[in-house]
Amino acid sequence: MKAEGTRVESPYVDAAQRALAQQLGMWAFIATEVLLFGGLFIAYAVYRVHYPDAFADGSRRLDFWIGTINTAVLLASSLAMAIADIAVRRDRRRLLSGCLAMTWLLGALFLVLKGYEYHQKFVEHLIPGPHFAPAGGPAAPEQLFFVLYFAMTGLHAVHMVIGLGVIAWLFVLSRRGRLGPASPGRVELAGLYWHFVDCVWVFLYPLLYLIR
Amino acid sequence: MPSTPSPFRPVLLVFAGLMAALMLSAAASYGLSGTSGTVVSLFFATVKLALIFAFFMKLREQAGLVRLFAMAGFFWLAIAGVLIAADYATRG
Repeated sequence: MKAEGTRVESPYVDAAQRALAQQLGMWAFIATEVLLFGGLFIAYAVYRVHYPDAFADGSRRLDFWIGTINTAVLLASSLAMAIADIAVRRDRRRLLSGCLAMTWLLGALFLVLKGYEYHQKFVEHLIPGPHFAPAGGPAAPEQLFFVLYFAMTGLHAVHMVIGLGVIAWLFVLSRRGRLGPASPGRVELAGLYWHFVDCVWVFLYPLLYLIR
Repeated sequence: MPSTPSPFRPVLLVFAGLMAALMLSAAASYGLSGTSGTVVSLFFATVKLALIFAFFMKLREQAGLVRLFAMAGFFWLAIAGVLIAADYATRG
């Protein structure tokens, strides 16, 4: 963050100090998010070490192509968000609105594909519980894989929904002309959150879909 | 050739790198299994994480204090991971 020296309202001395405080606050929040998801990743590691074959069997029941396409969709949404961050600093307002809309649409597409995948699992009796009955015979440890699959992807999806709400709000602000280079913080901070949610999926994808 | 490079060029190049890492990761899963498959797929995930953190989240242009905050969560997570692994490794 370049020191801008612009005067801003109290408690900040200038815009550079405000930007630093915003960055530190957002990264502190992201640290708590790392630990929130981290607990699930550690649980995953413990059970996978104990039941490697069951996890490989569970992974093979997931749709490799939906997982791969969804990863590409999320990475593309992150690109759109990164371009939106550049656009707001350069006062490219139409580009900003377009990129925010694109980010939202790609995020929504991700959730639609994820919802379709959940439906598939419901039809295949792969929802953990008394009706869990995978084709080829039930395997108790495989249920653990699906408990973690739904917990991890579900928590991720909740974060996606929150992110879509924030991006929709930014889109409305951008259409009203209330986002510009004088105050790029909102787009930047929302971008940090969105990219972090993308990073979580970057690890969920190989750990859930690519076990062989 | 314009005299000033496009401001969007770096993020577009990063996106190309992310997609390449995704394709390599997906392709490797067909040929590799077990521990080697996991190591390779996590390597590509880490590459993607580093690219997103450095460029999309702009850590490479942030002050050292911000980078320290960014690493804090992973440091605490590593403590949890090491202690839990030590617990399982030393159980009778």
